[in-house]
Amino acid sequence: MMHLHKLTVRRGRRVVLDGVDLSLNAGEFAALLGPNGAGKTTLLRAALGLLPATGHSSVAALPLAGRARAAAFLPQTRDIAWPMPVADIVALGGVAQTPDPAQVEQALTALDLLPLRHRPATELSGGEQARVLIARALAQDTPLLLADEPIAGLDPAAQIAAMRVFARRAAAGRTVLASLHDPGLAARHCTRLILMKGGRIHADGPPMDVLTADNLAQVFGIRAHVTEGPHGPIFQALDLAPPRGD
Amino acid sequence: MSRLLLALSLLVAALFTASLLIGPARVPPLPSLHALFTGNDPMLTLVMREVRLPRALLGLMVGAALGLSGAALQGFLRNPLAEPGLIGASGAAALGAVLAIQTGLAAAFPLGLPLAALAGAMASVALILLLAGPRGGALTLILAGVALSALAGAATSLVLNLSPNPFAANEIIFWMMGSLADRSLLHVGIALPFMIAGGALLLSLGPGLQALTLGEDAAASSGIRMGALRWRLVLGVAAMVGAATAVAGAIGFVGLAAPHVLRRAVGGSPARLLPASALGGAALVLAADIAVRLLMPDRDLKLGVLTALVGTPFFLHLILRMRREGA
Repeated sequence: MMHLHKLTVRRGRRVVLDGVDLSLNAGEFAALLGPNGAGKTTLLRAALGLLPATGHSSVAALPLAGRARAAAFLPQTRDIAWPMPVADIVALGGVAQTPDPAQVEQALTALDLLPLRHRPATELSGGEQARVLIARALAQDTPLLLADEPIAGLDPAAQIAAMRVFARRAAAGRTVLASLHDPGLAARHCTRLILMKGGRIHADGPPMDVLTADNLAQVFGIRAHVTEGPHGPIFQALDLAPPRGD
Repeated sequence: MSRLLLALSLLVAALFTASLLIGPARVPPLPSLHALFTGNDPMLTLVMREVRLPRALLGLMVGAALGLSGAALQGFLRNPLAEPGLIGASGAAALGAVLAIQTGLAAAFPLGLPLAALAGAMASVALILLLAGPRGGALTLILAGVALSALAGAATSLVLNLSPNPFAANEIIFWMMGSLADRSLLHVGIALPFMIAGGALLLSLGPGLQALTLGEDAAASSGIRMGALRWRLVLGVAAMVGAATAVAGAIGFVGLAAPHVLRRAVGGSPARLLPASALGGAALVLAADIAVRLLMPDRDLKLGVLTALVGTPFFLHLILRMRREGA
């Protein structure tokens, strides 16, 4: 679905993405986790060809219209410039494609936006706008969906609902890669966690293999309690990790 | 939506006709139009074809150019406060015109002034290309435009400042107020190709501006070539605004207000706003040009002065509405 090889981004002399190798397969819902400044957004943007980068990305290597057909992107900044009705925003394609009206309806339904569909999107609350933008990304109906902090600022119910929508999409054979800040939510809904630190991938695998005490201390600097519960992994942050002696 | 375009078209057609029928030669409407189309009354035909028709046509073209450019710039910059003068083309065109007046080029042959103004606008495109670079987003474009406008404004002031000839300085000041009076079909002919080319470029920006509603990353990832979009915008705006300034001088407010007034009516869509705002701009300029002739028939009230005067209460209204909405 998407292959990255030695993907590297420099900003001035600083290396902000450091030779990342990553392969995502159909059916995977992968979470990109890591502290602020770990390079999550840079990875997503470079993979899409939105940033000048060295190395290889199978998506960025496509011609522009091909990229748009291969991958939908949900940027972190939720900035809707004009008071367009919700349904029109969700139906925004590009020159490459216009979404299928059935997909738009489905996305509106999935994100519980039907009652808001005629409202100008700029008049909605921040969380509602976030749902509109998730629906817009879903309506593109691309094999690959890259989402940068899609659930930040949503209420708990909307967060779970959005995670379920992404998981269903992956289960239907698509691929979703989302940067997230809640390891617990990621562990419960994602098939794969990718831990980033300092522009590199620190750990990558099934949730319970990645959320080890060592990894959490090294990447986030926290101590946490992770157990396998009846409904999936349970994550509870306890404290800051003691400073390490290296 | 198409109902809106139809209504605006009818409004523009009505104002265009009204503009044809208003002037110091007080002739009833029907004989005027008859003379325009058939040429049966040599004197009246001359007035209609050489005085009234160019004025109405230029009102239509200048208004459409300002409305369309304003809508395109607002869409590209994702900012409702952008206006056609922002990228410096109108300032550079004005400088060209001022130099033509000062050097006597404008007096030497009839199209000296508009040609010099157009040369100024085209030079501004080259400078913008140079300053803003091949890549980069909206911010570099705004900065380059601000720098260019400031430079053109300073150069214009310098010409006025050092002008040894008070008559030239006077003429420059009056020209800068903007007017459609005493223009000929030659002016229409010189502006028309630029208007058509620029208009076609700007009207083609619809899908790109639509995608930009969600930001530059969202647009680029949905297949929009941002670099190409930006150059089409700069060329289109410079051609239209340069030509408008060349034949009419500086007409403020229209490019800012037309998209503002019509945004809600098109459901916020920046693509649908383009043709609507072009028609809205044409209606505004035609109406203002009728008003200057009705308000002070003997005093040559300048069109640009009137649009600026009308603009202030419009913005007061906007401010009050925003305050009511708590924004």
